[in-house]
Amino acid sequence: MKCTYACGTADHLLARRQFLGSVAAGLSAGGLAAAGLGTFVRPAIAEQIAKAHKRVLVIWLSGGVSQLETWDPKPGTDTGGPTRAISTSVPGVQIADLLPHTAQQMHRLLLIRGVNTAEDDHGKGYQIMHTGRRPEPSIEYPHFGSLAARLLEPADASLPGYIHITPGGGGGLAASEAAYLGPRFGSVTLGNGAPPQNTVLPQAITETADAARNSFRGQVNDHFSRRRRTAETEAYSATYDQAAALMRKRELFDVTKEPAADQERYGNHDLGRHCLLARRLLENGVTFVKVSHSNYDTHNENFNFHIEQLGEFDRTFATLIDDLAQRGMLDSTLVVVKSEFGRTPNINHLFGRDHWSKAWSVALAGCGLHSGGVYGATNDRGTEVVDGQVNGGHLFHTYFRALGLDSRESFTINGRPLPIADPSAHAIEEVLA
Amino acid sequence: MQAPATDPTQTHVLRELKHGSPLLACRFDPAGQFLFAAAQDNTLRRFRLDGDEHIALAGHQSWPLALAIDPSGKTLVSGGCDGRLLWWPADAPAPQPSRALDAHAGWIRAVAVSPDGQLVASAGNDLVVRLWSLGEGTLVRELPGHESHVYSLLFDSDGKSLLSGDLKGVVRQWDVAAGSETRKLDAAVLWKYDEGFRADIGGVRGMALRADRALLACAGITNVTNAFAGLGQPIAATFDFAAGQQKVVHRIKEAINDVLWNVAYHPDGYLIGALGGSAGGFLAFWRPEEEFEFHRLKLAASARDLALHPAGLLVATAEHDGVARIYELRKAPA
Repeated sequence: MKCTYACGTADHLLARRQFLGSVAAGLSAGGLAAAGLGTFVRPAIAEQIAKAHKRVLVIWLSGGVSQLETWDPKPGTDTGGPTRAISTSVPGVQIADLLPHTAQQMHRLLLIRGVNTAEDDHGKGYQIMHTGRRPEPSIEYPHFGSLAARLLEPADASLPGYIHITPGGGGGLAASEAAYLGPRFGSVTLGNGAPPQNTVLPQAITETADAARNSFRGQVNDHFSRRRRTAETEAYSATYDQAAALMRKRELFDVTKEPAADQERYGNHDLGRHCLLARRLLENGVTFVKVSHSNYDTHNENFNFHIEQLGEFDRTFATLIDDLAQRGMLDSTLVVVKSEFGRTPNINHLFGRDHWSKAWSVALAGCGLHSGGVYGATNDRGTEVVDGQVNGGHLFHTYFRALGLDSRESFTINGRPLPIADPSAHAIEEVLA
Repeated sequence: MQAPATDPTQTHVLRELKHGSPLLACRFDPAGQFLFAAAQDNTLRRFRLDGDEHIALAGHQSWPLALAIDPSGKTLVSGGCDGRLLWWPADAPAPQPSRALDAHAGWIRAVAVSPDGQLVASAGNDLVVRLWSLGEGTLVRELPGHESHVYSLLFDSDGKSLLSGDLKGVVRQWDVAAGSETRKLDAAVLWKYDEGFRADIGGVRGMALRADRALLACAGITNVTNAFAGLGQPIAATFDFAAGQQKVVHRIKEAINDVLWNVAYHPDGYLIGALGGSAGGFLAFWRPEEEFEFHRLKLAASARDLALHPAGLLVATAEHDGVARIYELRKAPA
């Protein structure tokens, strides 16, 4: 489906106006950071950035993290396994003992324990948790990151609106994630946390020559667009401009520019480096950052693997949440920790847990959500939701509302209204401020 | 003790001791009267072999993974995922913990009692091997050095040294009296960092030292091709114990996907292994110089541990279906 222009909703226009009012502060901060001053985020500047626009951080625990080893432990039952429950910074709320550092940040988190997405397939679960809808054969819906970039990104953003940091190699533009929003809102993938590919000027081309050819390209584009202006030509031109800006700000992607103490606090492993990079990108105005951590698909040795994986996640995530709060960014940054589904209460003969979408958990933080709370509940053995059942649609409505957007609005694509969130679902009002 | 003649090829189930919750570990007492088993319902079970007595020992707040009994048979020590060591009067009518220690941060995966009954060794996820006085429960010594989770412990039969094996296949030998590391054995064949999974898999799941101290066997999994599904082959890496050099690597003739959870050297010289995993449970038997097993017996369920009866005629397994099975290592009476 072809891309189209701005949806024209009042929320969208308002967000852009709000941003334009404080864009100078944001650019100033970005310029300092680009010069390699990793400590540029002083409280006053952080406050200005916070007012500029809402941002999103998604921690994607790939493969399906176990809710029983994280947010909803069931110790002492036949389904609970060896995992125990520990107290948190919120009296009465307990989480798994594999998350001792995260437990101390519980007052900043919100647990949704009644998730039932009714889909145990990896691919379909991924779609549900990235689009807020069950897959439909007739249409592809944009991913959360693309929607956020489209709806929240400042008008003259010089960095990609949707960045995905993965532990694996590769990288590039995942244009298909934007669906009908158009490739401009696809994710830019940073494989192994490396800077975007092809953002270094080839040695054979001098900066002078590069400037000259860009000037010529601009003249030709302008001449062409005066007669045949379309969404595609605008996107084409904007992509060049954004690429040039990206090349100028390449240092933003260099996490080694952050203070050594911060690198130590986040951990000497991929997730630590990637979460610190996420903080750096969010500080510098990127609208949506997704950090993937792999792999939680533990049909075998569920407990040993969760100890290892969550050992990385726990301290890093707690450090990141604390940093966002200390820098005044949590008020304007929605944090979502999720997977394609949870894992079975039943423990198989391989000490593993299998796919389980019927009763699992998602953790949220920021953007005024009721922190320190728990919404929904599963039964004593964790086999069913007994209170506050929600699906992917409810979660998406809640995300958008937390971000200050009317989740009932629609895009109009080729004359067809396409609601930004599943109209059969609604926001979880109880968790919204 | 002179072991009666055995014929492993005639191994058969002698008795089923049913509990119901999947079992994790098992040990006989030195007199061979009881079998102790650990279960996923956080309890230990005591089965009397010459009767139907079946008693629950409750005290752990998580899975008890490790069991050891002192040479007198009076004290059972268990270690759990709650990080606690519990002392039990093994032959009491209704055993209650006589001592509880918060011994480790995180899981305790292995315990062992010294041959003279003076020391208990414990280890697990906090990477530190600790030695305790069995009588007083006091901390005698800490042995730090492991860089990954410690999975197994074994006192040398002379009591002077202790072996500890970890997730990455490092076996450290410690001088018990001096508290120092004397050497390392490389059993890395039992470990893999899975690039696809981005996690470690494997480990020295169990160890056995032959009575003549000539051979050390380390049990686990190798050739892992899919950590998600547990696809890899059971293996026992044996070492010339004096030289510290790897010798024969025992495997299974078919490439079955299982873990070798524990091993024991029979007094007759052969090695017995308990297997469990995707391919189901097996008992396997290897001669010391041969790569492949000379006999393998299919079990009703995946085995997670084994124990050799002190008289040498029986072997017990802790199995996933909640049953501890006693196997006789010779032909069943007609």
